[in-house]
Amino acid sequence: MSEITKQSLSQLVENIKSKKLSSSEVTKAFVERSEKSKELNTYITEDYANALNKAKKFDEKPNLDLKLPGIPMAVKDLFCTKDLRTTAGSKILNNFVPTYESTVTQNIWNEGAILMGKLNCDEFAMGSSNETSFFGNVQNPIDKNLVPGGSSGGSSSAVAAQLTPITIGTDTGGSIRQPASFTGTVGLKPTYGSCSRYGIVAFASSLDQAGPMAQNVKDCALLHEVISTYDEKDSTSIDFKRNEYSKELTKDIKGKKIGIPKEYRVDGMPKEIEDLWKKGIEYAKDCGAKIIDISLPHTNYALPTYYIVAPAEASSNLARYDGVKYGFRAEGENLIDMYEKTRSEGFGAEVQRRIMIGTYVLSSGYYDAYYLKAQKVRKLIKNDFDDAYKKVDAILTPSTPSSAFKIGEKTNDPVSMYLNDIFTVPVNLAGLPGISIPAGHDAKGYPLGLQIIGKAFDEQNILNIAYAMEEKINFKNNITDWWVK
Amino acid sequence: MSKNKSEYLINRHDNQYEVVIGLEVHAQVTSESKLFSTSATKFGAEPNTQVSLVDAAFPGMLPVINEYCVKQAIKTGIGLKAKINKRSVFDRKNYFYADLPQGYQISQFKDPIVGEGKVILDMPDGQKEVGIERLHLEQDAGKSIHDLDPKNTFVDLNRSGVALMEIVSKPDLRSPDEVNAYIKKLRSIMRYLGTCDGNMQEGSLRADVNVSVRKKGSKEFGTRCEIKNVNSIKFMQMAIEYEANRQVDLIEDGQTIDQETRLFDTKKNETRSMRSKEDAHDYRYFPDPDLLPLEVSDDFIENLKSEIPELPDEKKKRFIEKFKLSPYEANILVSDIETSNYFENVIKKSDVKLATNWIIGELFAALNEKNLEITESPISAGNLSKLINLIKDGTISGKIAKTVFEQMMEGDKDPQKIVEEKGLKQESDPKALEALIDKVIDDNRDKATEYKSGKVKLFGFFVGQVMKVSGGKANPQLVNEILKKKL
Repeated sequence: MSEITKQSLSQLVENIKSKKLSSSEVTKAFVERSEKSKELNTYITEDYANALNKAKKFDEKPNLDLKLPGIPMAVKDLFCTKDLRTTAGSKILNNFVPTYESTVTQNIWNEGAILMGKLNCDEFAMGSSNETSFFGNVQNPIDKNLVPGGSSGGSSSAVAAQLTPITIGTDTGGSIRQPASFTGTVGLKPTYGSCSRYGIVAFASSLDQAGPMAQNVKDCALLHEVISTYDEKDSTSIDFKRNEYSKELTKDIKGKKIGIPKEYRVDGMPKEIEDLWKKGIEYAKDCGAKIIDISLPHTNYALPTYYIVAPAEASSNLARYDGVKYGFRAEGENLIDMYEKTRSEGFGAEVQRRIMIGTYVLSSGYYDAYYLKAQKVRKLIKNDFDDAYKKVDAILTPSTPSSAFKIGEKTNDPVSMYLNDIFTVPVNLAGLPGISIPAGHDAKGYPLGLQIIGKAFDEQNILNIAYAMEEKINFKNNITDWWVK
Repeated sequence: MSKNKSEYLINRHDNQYEVVIGLEVHAQVTSESKLFSTSATKFGAEPNTQVSLVDAAFPGMLPVINEYCVKQAIKTGIGLKAKINKRSVFDRKNYFYADLPQGYQISQFKDPIVGEGKVILDMPDGQKEVGIERLHLEQDAGKSIHDLDPKNTFVDLNRSGVALMEIVSKPDLRSPDEVNAYIKKLRSIMRYLGTCDGNMQEGSLRADVNVSVRKKGSKEFGTRCEIKNVNSIKFMQMAIEYEANRQVDLIEDGQTIDQETRLFDTKKNETRSMRSKEDAHDYRYFPDPDLLPLEVSDDFIENLKSEIPELPDEKKKRFIEKFKLSPYEANILVSDIETSNYFENVIKKSDVKLATNWIIGELFAALNEKNLEITESPISAGNLSKLINLIKDGTISGKIAKTVFEQMMEGDKDPQKIVEEKGLKQESDPKALEALIDKVIDDNRDKATEYKSGKVKLFGFFVGQVMKVSGGKANPQLVNEILKKKL
């Protein structure tokens, strides 16, 4: 048997079910590797002792009918976990311990998985490099100088470095797919309304969506099957028939029509990305798919639209962090002074920037010109996809306009940082599912990802396409364990 | 508006000013749980014992609309003869305050659940229609308590998230009396519907009062001031009188009125500037992305319509037509649902005219004196009905009935039993009465002679004497007849 932490989720489940491995053995292996990997800074809060205890308990009375029997995993620190500190990567929640569990994580524990700890992320999920976290930046296991992407940077780094067999992230404008692309892993952003937002620290409510991150498509499908449930506690949760995504997974995508949107050939896109896309088209053809050129004419407006809608919602969502009820409080002369000091000291620069943008675009006199117009454009972007899906079953694009960049490279240039989301944000604005799969390397050997965008509620279809292409691509991550101590 | 004596005008020098008033009434929805959470809404609970994670705005908590509150709002809309909007939208009204945990209030801004409607007021000189602009649902905030500690403010979140209906009137009101009638009518309608208990002491009904003045006959509105959060009708009336006079004085002095928000100081009986238009909050309203637009079907609305009870206006009409009550009597009896229920129970088995007089007269006076509500009346409708029947069939006189009534007020006793126990039954036997009368005439020979010689005024004296001797029990009609014969 190969080394435990190198095994995929599917292999681990099989080995636990066939009693070749115990949950304790598996949990111990991932805990030990996590402990040796502190340099990556993937964890904000470790819960190893509890995890080992839970594994022991599982083994005493194993329920092998569960989908994630005794599987240890760490989750993004945006999910509220009962009795375990939840920070959202922010100083303002540094001391916050929820008394409740998010629906998505509860679904995971209900299927037998075991929590190992909370993974680093950009502060309130605002960032594309994990550099805005109050708990410091995360290193990409590909190269110590590289960012792991963001905002689910701790999650992508931990999966790529095999500190957790699978994980969950959240994706508001690309925060699952971009870090997956930067680390050579697989990440799915489900249809808006597929996974409950209950108990997830909110960034932008109309865009936020939790999703699975894994080393391969099959694992991703299995985890998605576990986390996607209808939830009455989230008014935007949608009650539709969910598949058993992993069971219904197939590589047969013959005759599927895949659209190639011309507007995604953006100015200044590196040739490597263009080449990767072409290669992706060939792989899809090899799998029997039909390639069709399509147009998504309002693509250019997606990024500015996103950077109005998301900060607007965030400025309101983050108003509750005021030092009154929980979390960090700075002492002040009076209420207003306390608010100002608490929020100035408690929030980092990027969060403050977005609160200010959001407050501005919602202000009277500017609302119509910015927020209202952005909502109208958002509708046009959605209409683009609706029109395209009259002709095609899915859409293939690069996940990001570049490979992972260097730590510190873009921290002083927010606009260039925002440009990283150019291929991912239209999907969130339209509420559609999108998956990023690793598809190759650039000249420096850094991984590059392809994105497959589906129709609403059609996760099965994009998982199938990804599954088929994954086999053709046969991607291998170049990871050397340089950080392991 | 008709020209009549109840017209409310402010006179200054040669000018007459009319007062224009619009109200934004905040009515707490009668509901076991809050608008977006399952916490209880009971009044007077220990601080912070009715607070859920949603009400306290913990990270990741989401609002879920309480369908019952939606029904209550729609019912109220139906009661206000208003347009029910099948699609409405919840917006966030953003501002910071210690008792507002989310940092925003969920309210309805552009698309309220209820649109235009109307309320009919019965004023002494006739009916008046007041337009309703809209009704929307919103969350209440918590309560800041500043006087428990010299340095700190305490916050009680029990009220945080409680459902309110904001009912906005058109600027159709013209006097403090009309405001009084409007609030009472609104309260009455909501109590009939069971959608708001209208309890002003507990803060279930409060209002922001918009006041402006203009020269009589002018069609243009003057600049208005909004007086925030007034919690009794009396204070509303006082605030309007003060504010209208203040505005008239400014105009007469050649000054302009600033559009502003003002507070009513109940101790000094004056309004004070709270903030000017320039300092007004920018609430940054936008649709709450945590909630989908609220959509209700025709069936949903029709079902609610079928649950609407007879409302005061219809009941009044029925009382006048069916029971031949005067509009004045009908108004009093329908003003609140408990009174009209009581009335209808009494007249099930007794005379309408007598019942009306006894309820409006004796019963109301007695309840008032003891400071009791009709629901707390010591006399049940059934026993009052029996008392009226005893009068009607001549068993007791109206005068005796008052004595019996007084005893009934001491506890819900059967009037029949009181009459029997105390021997209060009216004496209607002519022979017995003749004997009595003979004795009285005998005892007052001199007066009988005077009467016969033409001093007819003395007839009343004899009636009185007979009644006295009989202990008030003699049938007055028979006494009259027999006395006339004997004298």
